[in-house]
Amino acid sequence: MSSSLYSNSQTRGRWFEYVCLLATWSALFFLAVLLTVILWQGRGNLSMSFLSNFDDRLSPEKAGMLAGLWGSFWLMILTFLISVPVGIGAAIYLEEYSTDSWIARIIQVNLSNLAGVPSIVYGILGLTVFVRMFGIFAKGAIIERMTGNQVEGLFFAFGLNVPLPLGTTVISGALTLSLLVLPVIIVATQEAVRAVPGSIRHAALALGATKWQTIVTLVLPAAMPGIMTGVILSLSRAIGETAPLIMVGASTFLRATPADIEYPHELVTKPRATINAPFDEYTAMPIMVYSWAKQAQREYQGIASAGIIVLVTVLLTMNGLAIYIRNRSQQHLRW
Amino acid sequence: MFPTMTAEKPISLKPQVPLREPSAATDDVQRAIKLETRHLDFYYGNNQALHDISLQIPERSVTAFIGPSGCGKSTFLRTLNRMNDIIEGTRHTGDVLLEGTDIFDPRVDVVALRKRVGMVFQKSTPFPKSIFDNIAYGPRVAGLKDLSRLTEIVESSLKRAALWDEVKDRMRDSAMALSGGQQQRLCIARALATEPDVLLMDEPASALDPASTTRVEDLIFDLKSNYTIVIVTHNMQQAARVSDRTAFFYQGHLVEVGPTQELFTRPKEKQTEDYITGRFG
Amino acid sequence: MQQVLFLCAGLSIVTMAGIVFVLLNESVYSVLGDQAFFQEIPLWKFLTGTRWHWDSGEFGVWPLLTSTLQVALIGGLVSVPLGLCSAIYLSEYATPRTRRVIKPTLELLAGVPTVVYGYFALMFVTPYVLRPLFGLVGLEVGTFNGLAAGIVVGIMITPLVASLSEDAIRSVPQSLREAAYALGSTRFDVSVRVVVPAAFSGIVAACLLAISRAIGETMAVVIAGGQNTPGGGLAINPLREVFTMTSYIVNVSSSDVEAGSMEYKSLYAVGLTLFVITLLMNIVSQWVMRRFREAYQ
Repeated sequence: MSSSLYSNSQTRGRWFEYVCLLATWSALFFLAVLLTVILWQGRGNLSMSFLSNFDDRLSPEKAGMLAGLWGSFWLMILTFLISVPVGIGAAIYLEEYSTDSWIARIIQVNLSNLAGVPSIVYGILGLTVFVRMFGIFAKGAIIERMTGNQVEGLFFAFGLNVPLPLGTTVISGALTLSLLVLPVIIVATQEAVRAVPGSIRHAALALGATKWQTIVTLVLPAAMPGIMTGVILSLSRAIGETAPLIMVGASTFLRATPADIEYPHELVTKPRATINAPFDEYTAMPIMVYSWAKQAQREYQGIASAGIIVLVTVLLTMNGLAIYIRNRSQQHLRW
Repeated sequence: MFPTMTAEKPISLKPQVPLREPSAATDDVQRAIKLETRHLDFYYGNNQALHDISLQIPERSVTAFIGPSGCGKSTFLRTLNRMNDIIEGTRHTGDVLLEGTDIFDPRVDVVALRKRVGMVFQKSTPFPKSIFDNIAYGPRVAGLKDLSRLTEIVESSLKRAALWDEVKDRMRDSAMALSGGQQQRLCIARALATEPDVLLMDEPASALDPASTTRVEDLIFDLKSNYTIVIVTHNMQQAARVSDRTAFFYQGHLVEVGPTQELFTRPKEKQTEDYITGRFG
Repeated sequence: MQQVLFLCAGLSIVTMAGIVFVLLNESVYSVLGDQAFFQEIPLWKFLTGTRWHWDSGEFGVWPLLTSTLQVALIGGLVSVPLGLCSAIYLSEYATPRTRRVIKPTLELLAGVPTVVYGYFALMFVTPYVLRPLFGLVGLEVGTFNGLAAGIVVGIMITPLVASLSEDAIRSVPQSLREAAYALGSTRFDVSVRVVVPAAFSGIVAACLLAISRAIGETMAVVIAGGQNTPGGGLAINPLREVFTMTSYIVNVSSSDVEAGSMEYKSLYAVGLTLFVITLLMNIVSQWVMRRFREAYQ
């Protein structure tokens, strides 16, 4: 009844391990080929002038990304300012205030559904709600009929002009991207807040702190590394988003930056331009890559690749930053 | 027949007087040694979990390991079919012999070893498959494809595990639908289907209700005429009921081993006495 | 303060409601009194038509649907084996150290913008991989084709399949693995006969989610897939161009169509179709995943 212990069945199915290994490496190999091809194609076009020139259709060798860099910069700043407070607020409500009500459950299910909505559908939403505002401000439309005047915008002190409808401006793009990244930011924040142990909250409450004080002084600071990691990762996804921006009218060819701010110091020296930049037309880095990729001439291949290199460098920097924050916080905080 | 006791008797093993054991099924025959460990040390990373364990396990009998939680009895059980291999960062020194063959010999195929030294766990672990597929799992991974042969094995295994009558009409149902006690007997039947000669049981009845526990204990009693059974239990009454020999572990050491009757009535070590009289553990 | 926080959370409901409203408003019934798309083109004609020719007023969705399904199918054929095998490798074979290196690198694949994948498909995959390969058997590959788009979309969603499948595989209790090893299984037996079947519904949910992502994928197919189907009919041949629902939406919005025109409204009808399909797939995926999690708790 006793068979030998010296058989060799471990080699059975060994091929399967190699197949799995091959699958894993082939995905990574694809990434390596992609990066190599792009680097090789774009190597001749990377220079300082590529970062400081505008796009150029007559002489491609002079084309540059300045408008896209500033456009993406403004999009990121505004998306950050809109989505982070709202996202953190929503997550705190869901985690700290309404943990098991029916409304919280509906919101939770809705969040995971929203996360699965294709980005281009957000583009349709942004186009209708922000860019055109359902056409109610158009000539002869409902607003004009009701007020007797065609409303073109709101004019505030300090020279701030808000066009109505918002049109194909930076703010339309930023609002659309904010809606797009919000579900991701909320879920990441929820996870970070949930990871803060209950004992901390109880200790603070026992010392006479209110719930709100506990959240602001203890829970949020403790959860901040996790929140920031989630925020940076989702913003880096937003920076590469192209489809919704095409929908909400980012220009595929533009030789100007928002409010003509071309140097960082002008953000301070031209305050009036700075507050109006969100309401100006724009283009963005991935949009420029898309528009160059569509050009038939061979010269544009190098430019498109150079654009991709800049875009991917920005992305990787943001990803690296997120990983750095995550690792650092893991070293410092261990519950 | 009078197989020889091996000469290398471990220090902790008390001289074996002719056994007068309580259970009716045991005869007074001295049995061949099925499994033996010699100076076994075992480590999880830098933590030493077992210290110099030397123990002999005779064939066709039930050996029980008792001791407080964390005493190393489960760890020791799991070295007997090298289940600890799948945990990262474990290592051992010393020998484990199955019928005289060192199971850690590099030429030994661990898969073949585990087919001969089966194991049943504390928590019943039915695969999310049908009852039939659960029992047929072992023979199938061993390469058996013939359906009529598989059916035979499934039937005989279930009969040996005293589960056949309860499940014979629902072989295609999911094993997850069985009750806790049935699931555990299913796992025993599944282990028997690979035709092992040794059956290791890690607290097989601790998650069961009293009625199911009795059935499992009866089953163990029936099985020992064909199998060498090693059972870890935290329940001393259970050890007393089912086992022929009992080994007491404490803090990674084998304190005492001997015929169950003797160990429970005339323990030789103070620690054993304290434990079985309930002063700790 | 709690009210403000509630408004933040409620915004997600408003967003979902907004999406539904906007899509329905232009395609099914307009609250502002204009004619909606399906009031001019009967729904059944839209759902059964096999030609999409806006010049002649033919709006049959099947050319767009077949294009989308073709790309998603190819994407699935690439990503499911690659992703699943990677997941099995990472959870059952790789050492913790290897996993720490490979996982983030795989996630990089998901982080590359889709416009880059599209460009790579158009400039490299089609001319330097597919053309020579199919040239061997005498088949011609179009500059724009569904195959190249599908392949890069598949690579793009591989990390998603891998990471979600790995989660499912890891949630299979360790006790099942031990039980299988104790019955004399090799690592192969444990992975293929026990772990993967036990995690099967979780893996299905992962694949559904990834394929719904492929259906909604836009830029790679806009750039590499093309702007029309052969003759405006069904997209059958993966070596010819395709015109997915997402490409169509981009195409309409970047051409100068007037608000209120049929072309403009068709954008919403197609958007609604896309939204409904992906939403259904997501809901099914979540339902399967929830059932799977409950099975192991």
